[in-house]
Amino acid sequence: MDMNEIKEIFFQECEEQLAELESGLLKLNDGDRDPETVNAVFRAVHSIKGGAGAFGLDDLVSFAHVFETTLDCVRSNKLEPTQDVLKVMLKSADVLADLTNAARDGGSVDEARSRTLIRELEALANGETPAAAEAPAAKPAAAAPKAAAPAPVVEKPVVNDEGFQPIPFSFGDFDDEPAGHYVPTVQVVFKPKKDLYAKGNEAVLLLRDVSRLGDMSVYCDMDSLPTLDKMNPEEAYFSWKISVTSEKGEDGVRSVFEFAEWDCDLDINTIEEDVVGEVTEDEEQPMQPVPFDLSMLDEGGSAGNDEPAVMESDAAAAVAAAETATKVAQAASRAADNKAASAAASAASAAQANQAAAAGQTIRVDLDRVDRLINLVGELVINQAMLSQSVVENDANGTSSINMGLEELQQLTREIQDSVMAIRAQPVKPVFQRMARTVREIADITGKSVRLITEGENTEVDKTVIDKLAEPLTHMIRNAVDHGLEMPEKREALGKNPEGTVRLTAKHRSGRIVIELADDGAGINREKVRQKAIDNDLIAADANLSDEEIDNLIFHAGFSTADKVSDLSGRGVGMDVVKRSIQALGGRISISSKPGQGSVFTMSLPLTLAVLDGMVVTVAGQTLVVPLTAIVETLQPEASAIHSFGASQRLISIRNSFCPLVDVGRILNFRATQANPMDGVALLVESEGGGQRALMVDAIQGQRQVVIKSLEANYTHVPGIAAATILGDGRVALILDVDAVVAASRGQSLRQDISLAATG
Amino acid sequence: MSYAVNNLSHGRELIAFRVGDQEFCVNIMSVREIRGWTPATSMPHAPSYVLGIINLRGAVLPIVDLSLRLGMKPAEPTVRHVIIVAQVGPKVVGLLVDAVSDILTLTDDNMQPTPDIANEAAKAYARGILAIEGRMICLIELDALFPHSESEAA
Repeated sequence: MDMNEIKEIFFQECEEQLAELESGLLKLNDGDRDPETVNAVFRAVHSIKGGAGAFGLDDLVSFAHVFETTLDCVRSNKLEPTQDVLKVMLKSADVLADLTNAARDGGSVDEARSRTLIRELEALANGETPAAAEAPAAKPAAAAPKAAAPAPVVEKPVVNDEGFQPIPFSFGDFDDEPAGHYVPTVQVVFKPKKDLYAKGNEAVLLLRDVSRLGDMSVYCDMDSLPTLDKMNPEEAYFSWKISVTSEKGEDGVRSVFEFAEWDCDLDINTIEEDVVGEVTEDEEQPMQPVPFDLSMLDEGGSAGNDEPAVMESDAAAAVAAAETATKVAQAASRAADNKAASAAASAASAAQANQAAAAGQTIRVDLDRVDRLINLVGELVINQAMLSQSVVENDANGTSSINMGLEELQQLTREIQDSVMAIRAQPVKPVFQRMARTVREIADITGKSVRLITEGENTEVDKTVIDKLAEPLTHMIRNAVDHGLEMPEKREALGKNPEGTVRLTAKHRSGRIVIELADDGAGINREKVRQKAIDNDLIAADANLSDEEIDNLIFHAGFSTADKVSDLSGRGVGMDVVKRSIQALGGRISISSKPGQGSVFTMSLPLTLAVLDGMVVTVAGQTLVVPLTAIVETLQPEASAIHSFGASQRLISIRNSFCPLVDVGRILNFRATQANPMDGVALLVESEGGGQRALMVDAIQGQRQVVIKSLEANYTHVPGIAAATILGDGRVALILDVDAVVAASRGQSLRQDISLAATG
Repeated sequence: MSYAVNNLSHGRELIAFRVGDQEFCVNIMSVREIRGWTPATSMPHAPSYVLGIINLRGAVLPIVDLSLRLGMKPAEPTVRHVIIVAQVGPKVVGLLVDAVSDILTLTDDNMQPTPDIANEAAKAYARGILAIEGRMICLIELDALFPHSESEAA
């Protein structure tokens, strides 16, 4: 694994950490005061900082450091996470994301912004930091009773009276040890794990740093060093017992081990009259009672190796942590009393839960591999269908065991296909999270106060859909905040909450994903929209339009009602672009708006782009698939409903409205003359901007889910054809591009349409 | 032309096949597989020599009537016809031929440059002529036959 790969992994992890960070901050913003949330946020920033340090990304490190310092104040309850504080922090999270992106892609960052934020963060950290010893003094008393009984929350560690504090994943919502000493003597048991060395840290440097804090005495414990032949050069065997007398006390010592605390067993205690009763803070230190130390020493031992080894993967680290936790739990149950055991057990289960979560996140598979698998499984399904068909054809008495086996095979293949498709399915959460940032930024620029509520973040949909969803959604969110919501003063005057609400929801509905974006703003100003449409020659001045029709005008190209063209929206490439990108995904978008109460945009999208629900039809002896989403209804034309119009055009009357009849076979050049409409079936379709058309096909074979195959891969784009698919008999069928066919029926040749599409 | 011949003559192997009453060959490295004829789904607005597309283990494979493409009369595919699945640039195409006849080894001795009398179209794809056991086999360059631009279908 070369450096770039490691770096790439780091950036991938950064993305996860940033998502974690943001969701944590948002939880805090919603009033969540769970210390685990604070810790998760802290951990995220800390991990980014640690990784960035290893790669020498100084900008990132310095910003993350300041951020972390402030978060530490929150974590240690020195700083109350109020809305104002969190606002700064959310902005900082954005900047941190920018810095990460800049470090990855080499872009630049708004330095003024990050400098301002650094100042704000520092102000928060300093301004409200009480003298290190004061605030905590009151705390332990409150924390102690709470800690004595095992807390119901699994993640919440339990600290008992013996000062037994298990393992890395545990957190207390209490603070530093009771203070009141002048020059405290701190005792440290520092036992590096091999990961410490693997990540390029060195014990000697840490010890040197500790020695700078004050008078220090060190004892190196070499007991666990095995004989030379049994020694693993990449293992850690030594541990150190350090005693340091320093003004900076425990906090000072702790800060030295800041970067290393994840990779070593660290026990930091201030020596006072009663050492055992000491309660320590934080995730990093495991032990206090003896059994702990022993089990740990038995386990790994500790010693120096100088050679940084290959970086461990997250999953491995998590597994190791969980194992340690389990061992700790066992050791504790043997040696300590019941309380201690339950505490350790809960910590261990927490660690295991964490491990499970971490392992779930860290399976990274190249998308190509998944796609290849999906293709193969699609093949399997087709092959299986072909096999069944030929067995049925060749085996008249269909009772044989072959048929039974085939049926089972069919079920299995279906199941495999479903599971494989599920691999590609991802929750919409990342996109929604990005929207949170968009909302913040626009709210900032426009001076509006906006609250984004997201629901159904875990709704899953194909990754391709997710990737293509971000852009239209950003557009719409911008529109909603910029145009939809009123200024706070105006809202107040209207008797609304000055803080506007934008609600983003996702849910599954009848095999599709429905995403709804609702704002509680002014709604669509229909008068204004209408006037604008008349000004732009979109409609005639005397056109009689229903409210829905007026609302839908905003999806027209070149339409924008913003009085001023702002940076955010209002370039006239808004909603029509959104509509087009949604349609490109095989989706539909609609709007409903109530004046004074806001607008709701509803998008309905297919769950995957790999399969499509289609109607299988026959045209001039060819089998075609028409996407079901385009079809409004199907009907059998009657002679009385067909009317000739002009030289070759024919119209069909459907409930007293006339709709042009389009012969698909003629348009695709499958036959030279128009077919007789009475012999076929008409599919009433709706296309983008083209209104309704009745497509004539010869017969409908049925409705089927088909796997989409690219034509372009080995051939080229074919006008009027969207893609190909393979039917149960193994033959290729073409999927009709309804929009292109409708456009062609309007007199444009198919080819022209292609070139227009290419430029547009 | 002699440059191309020299460039190719390093004892490489070729696959020879029959189209109508003539024999042709292509570099064996560009051939993925050889399979029997299956009916193709015809394509709208396709050039006449594109017979349609077939399913090749999940991929959509266009089938080209090589006879028509080389300017001869259109083939009437039967079960005895074969499809040579060949890699042309980034794409895979199926070439409909009458039969695959031989695997040849190309050496300097049996390779002759394309004669001057060949018409322009033939010159574009013919890379030389092999004389083997009294037969004449024309070496064709698939890349020249199917340019990477999409103009062929438009």
